[in-house]
Amino acid sequence: MKSDSAAGLYVHVPFCKGKCPYCDFYSITDPGAERRWARALIREGQGYRADFSAFDSLYLGGGTPSVLPDDLLAELLAGLDALRPFASESERTIECNPNDLSPERIECYRSLGFNRISLGIQSLDDTELAFLGRRHRRSDTLRALDWVRERGPNNLGIDLIYGFAGHSIARWRSTLEAVLRYQPQHLSCYQLTLADRTPFGRAAATGQPRLATPEEQADLFLFTAEFLGERGFLHYEVSNFARDSTYRCRHNLKYWSRAPYLGLGPAAHSHRDGVRWWNPASVEAYCRAVEVTGSAAAGREQLSSEQIRLEDLALGFRTREGVALEQLDPGAPRTQAAIAELLEAGLATLAAGRLRPTTRGFLVADGLSLLFVA
Amino acid sequence: MSNIRNFSIIAHIDHGKSTLADRLIQHTGLVDARQFRDQILDSMDLERERGITIKSQTVTLPYIAADGTHYELNLIDTPGHVDFSYEVSRALASCEGVLLLIDASQGVEAQTLANMYLAMEHDLAIIPVINKIDLPSADIDRTREQIDRELGLDPDEALLCSAKEGIGIDAVFDAVIARIPPPRGSCTEPLSALLFDARYDPFRGAIISCRVFDGTVKPGDILRFMSNGHTHKVEEVGLFQIVREPRKELGTGSVGYIICGLKTVADTRVGDTITHDQRPAAKPQPGFRDVKPVVFSSIYPISSDEYSALLDALEKYKLNDAALIYQKDSSAALGQGFRCGFLGLLHLEIVQQRLEREYQQAIIMTVPSVQYHFKLKDGTSVIVENPLYAPDPTEIESAEEPYIRAGILIPERYMGVVMNLCLERRGTNPRTHYPTPGRIELVFDMPLAEVIFDFYDRLKTITQGYGSFDYEMIDYRQSELVKLDILVNGERVDALSLIVHRDRARQWAVQVCDRLKEEIPRHQFKIAIQGASGGKIIARSTISAFRKDVTAKCYGGDITRKRKLLEKQKEGKKRMKMVGAVMIPQQAFVAVLKTKDEK
Ligand SMILES: Nc1nc2c(ncn2[C@@H]2O[C@H](COP(=O)(O)OP(=O)(O)OP(=O)(O)O)[C@@H](O)[C@H]2O)c(=O)[nH]1
Ligand code: SF4
Ligand SMILES: [Mg+2]
Repeated sequence: MKSDSAAGLYVHVPFCKGKCPYCDFYSITDPGAERRWARALIREGQGYRADFSAFDSLYLGGGTPSVLPDDLLAELLAGLDALRPFASESERTIECNPNDLSPERIECYRSLGFNRISLGIQSLDDTELAFLGRRHRRSDTLRALDWVRERGPNNLGIDLIYGFAGHSIARWRSTLEAVLRYQPQHLSCYQLTLADRTPFGRAAATGQPRLATPEEQADLFLFTAEFLGERGFLHYEVSNFARDSTYRCRHNLKYWSRAPYLGLGPAAHSHRDGVRWWNPASVEAYCRAVEVTGSAAAGREQLSSEQIRLEDLALGFRTREGVALEQLDPGAPRTQAAIAELLEAGLATLAAGRLRPTTRGFLVADGLSLLFVA
Repeated sequence: MSNIRNFSIIAHIDHGKSTLADRLIQHTGLVDARQFRDQILDSMDLERERGITIKSQTVTLPYIAADGTHYELNLIDTPGHVDFSYEVSRALASCEGVLLLIDASQGVEAQTLANMYLAMEHDLAIIPVINKIDLPSADIDRTREQIDRELGLDPDEALLCSAKEGIGIDAVFDAVIARIPPPRGSCTEPLSALLFDARYDPFRGAIISCRVFDGTVKPGDILRFMSNGHTHKVEEVGLFQIVREPRKELGTGSVGYIICGLKTVADTRVGDTITHDQRPAAKPQPGFRDVKPVVFSSIYPISSDEYSALLDALEKYKLNDAALIYQKDSSAALGQGFRCGFLGLLHLEIVQQRLEREYQQAIIMTVPSVQYHFKLKDGTSVIVENPLYAPDPTEIESAEEPYIRAGILIPERYMGVVMNLCLERRGTNPRTHYPTPGRIELVFDMPLAEVIFDFYDRLKTITQGYGSFDYEMIDYRQSELVKLDILVNGERVDALSLIVHRDRARQWAVQVCDRLKEEIPRHQFKIAIQGASGGKIIARSTISAFRKDVTAKCYGGDITRKRKLLEKQKEGKKRMKMVGAVMIPQQAFVAVLKTKDEK
């Protein structure tokens, strides 16, 4: 079975100006390989022409796409656009760090057809930004926000981080309030998470606090949902809020609905028709593989129907849409019992044939799928 | 044959049987120094982890006496724990004598006596051996006095040794040769071999341990199993010498193994007599007394489609544990399973763990129970050892439960605490004896149900290890019994239902509710645990919900990792029993049986 729904195209830009101590995305700080990477990426994309007939979203993520020189980016985009025509109403997002932006660069993005900017602000408090090891400060950020709002596309997403050690609701609230003045269409509010092989992960392992306690994180989560909900935002995924449903990130929705997507670049993952594959997390290995073979796929799995179901449930419970009842094996006594408990505990609602997590349900979304599998 | 000696080492638990076996093995050079490890006969992982012997083990030692004579010494190391006494009694049927070990620092204990009586029943030569004389707390004189007064043996005949330090080992060999008679029997008579143990080997089928009383057996022989007349051709015979050593034949008086391609385990019955098909023995060996299980519990596969795999595992397992009794059983909530009888709670625990480790069976065990007698108002009576089938309270005229006579041997100073423990466990009619100065034997009549859980552990704890305990069934006595159910979020957990004395119902219910609270992981929702009897809730506990487990990000590159994690957790769920939407870990069913150590 080949899926017909339009696919998403993801491009992993594996370059950053410096490494943030909490981040476990794959990126390097040496820009020396940028051009080689871009050439390999186009070549890799060409290899998938037969597998993807159309794209209706493009997402440049990373790493930090905004570190790319304008001319290189233009070259890259020309190559991508030549791969497959993008549907006319495509969503085209570029992730940016505030200190990379200038009015000219924003104009450049618009001219390259980007109609959505995702700005990695993380915080508007200078001590917090220093703690997070970010290279921008409040002043750069506010300036960048002004430019984006003046010249950028009318679809702005802002990324924020909360729930680090010492974070309070009051501080968090002031960050949210300040950010909302710029009327973003989309907010991603991520609880700080520790990854093992990061400086934060190692610090925490030796007992230095980096995270708020789970209770504090839960409180901050509920506060966020309530605060943004009151201001009209749609809490459509655990960490994602949209001004209204049209501003939900189309590209990311593909991940959660198990739609097809092609990921190009080092460490990028792809999915189509129940097959997942991924590239090596190394610029060198990636480029070499593409240069020699035209492809960089380093791993591949064909999902069984059981695995597909598990993914459907796990991903579904992360979104407000939840999961269709017929996916839950409705005849099984375990299903009846689990639904009753979730409703009773206020973790889910049942309507229109779907079991949807509530805000408190989102907080425990990771294990919900397991209640419905034998 | 005059150069063969067959003997067991018997003793109370921990008195050093396996350690003495080590020294005897080393002395004969059977195992080279590099391959040696302590308690080498305790080959099962469980035995090594717990530091106790669970299975009797045979080893044939080639021994050369000082005068140059070669001997074949068949030594059987036996377990000391009371729950494995069936292992001891079967081993003794293959022997002409025993080494009765007594720990010089502990003196005679309950299983010293019980095992000595077993040896007497078999008319065996008994050599008392006082062990651990190296310990500063060893009291050889007192031990001698106990041998005299409590065992009725001649203390002057007792050997002194330290199995650990290797002291007195030569004298043990000398005594085995001089004081244990060689096997009697005739090599010209028809073959008569007693099948006293077996083990299933996936490649070779059943491996039979046997003692040849008359005749000889060799590869190619056609054997007849006297209990059912089935015949099988011998593939291999040999001796146990830590590893199996094939031999051309097993002669009269020997202890060794036979392999005859028994892939269907049903043909292998411990206690059976093996003879030649062409020239059969006139009558079988007496065999073994039946095991009388005292504790009953049902075993269910955690996932119900594993039932036939469990049946297969039980059949094979039973070859190596003749004390286990089982029959089919089923429950609405738990599906198809087996009702099993055990010799005690440790036996039960070992069966569970061996089924898991050796046969990869994930199982749930129901709360152990004894056998109750109910007289009903309609004049009929029923015997119930499964609480699920307890009659409705309104139908019961009267109920009876089994009583034991418990004999507890302790140093005098523990009299008070042990007395209290026994009274708390509904002990009645206390009597005391003073077998030797400073020691007391306390005898109580006690409901069996009160000792099957953790009585022995508690006794050990409160007497700092000095108390030992033995019991025999006496009779059934009238008792006020009630059925107790445990509910988790309103659903009854079949496996935890229990018949219990009215006065103990609340205490038990509280214990189960508390233990479950510790054992059941927090869920996304609150969990209420209740103990109910006669329609009333008599105990409760609550497990609050966890608030947060969600990870912040889940994008294209995270999905595979996330799913793999869920698959692992899903695998872990196989070790959980679902009651409604609540996942109860398998170990919770065992944990509820144990009272917490007092802080
Ligand atoms: N000091 C000392 N310790 C000994 C001696 N013999 C055995 N032990 C110790 O006593 C403990 C129990 O020894 P085992 O040989 O396992 O006892 P067992 O009688 O086989 O025990 P079960 O098989 O469980 O009944 C071990 O820690 C031994 O090291 C001895 O002669 N002296
Ligand atoms: S958080 Fe963003 S900028 Fe920082 S290292 Fe990670 S990808 Fe680069
Ligand atoms: Mg032992």
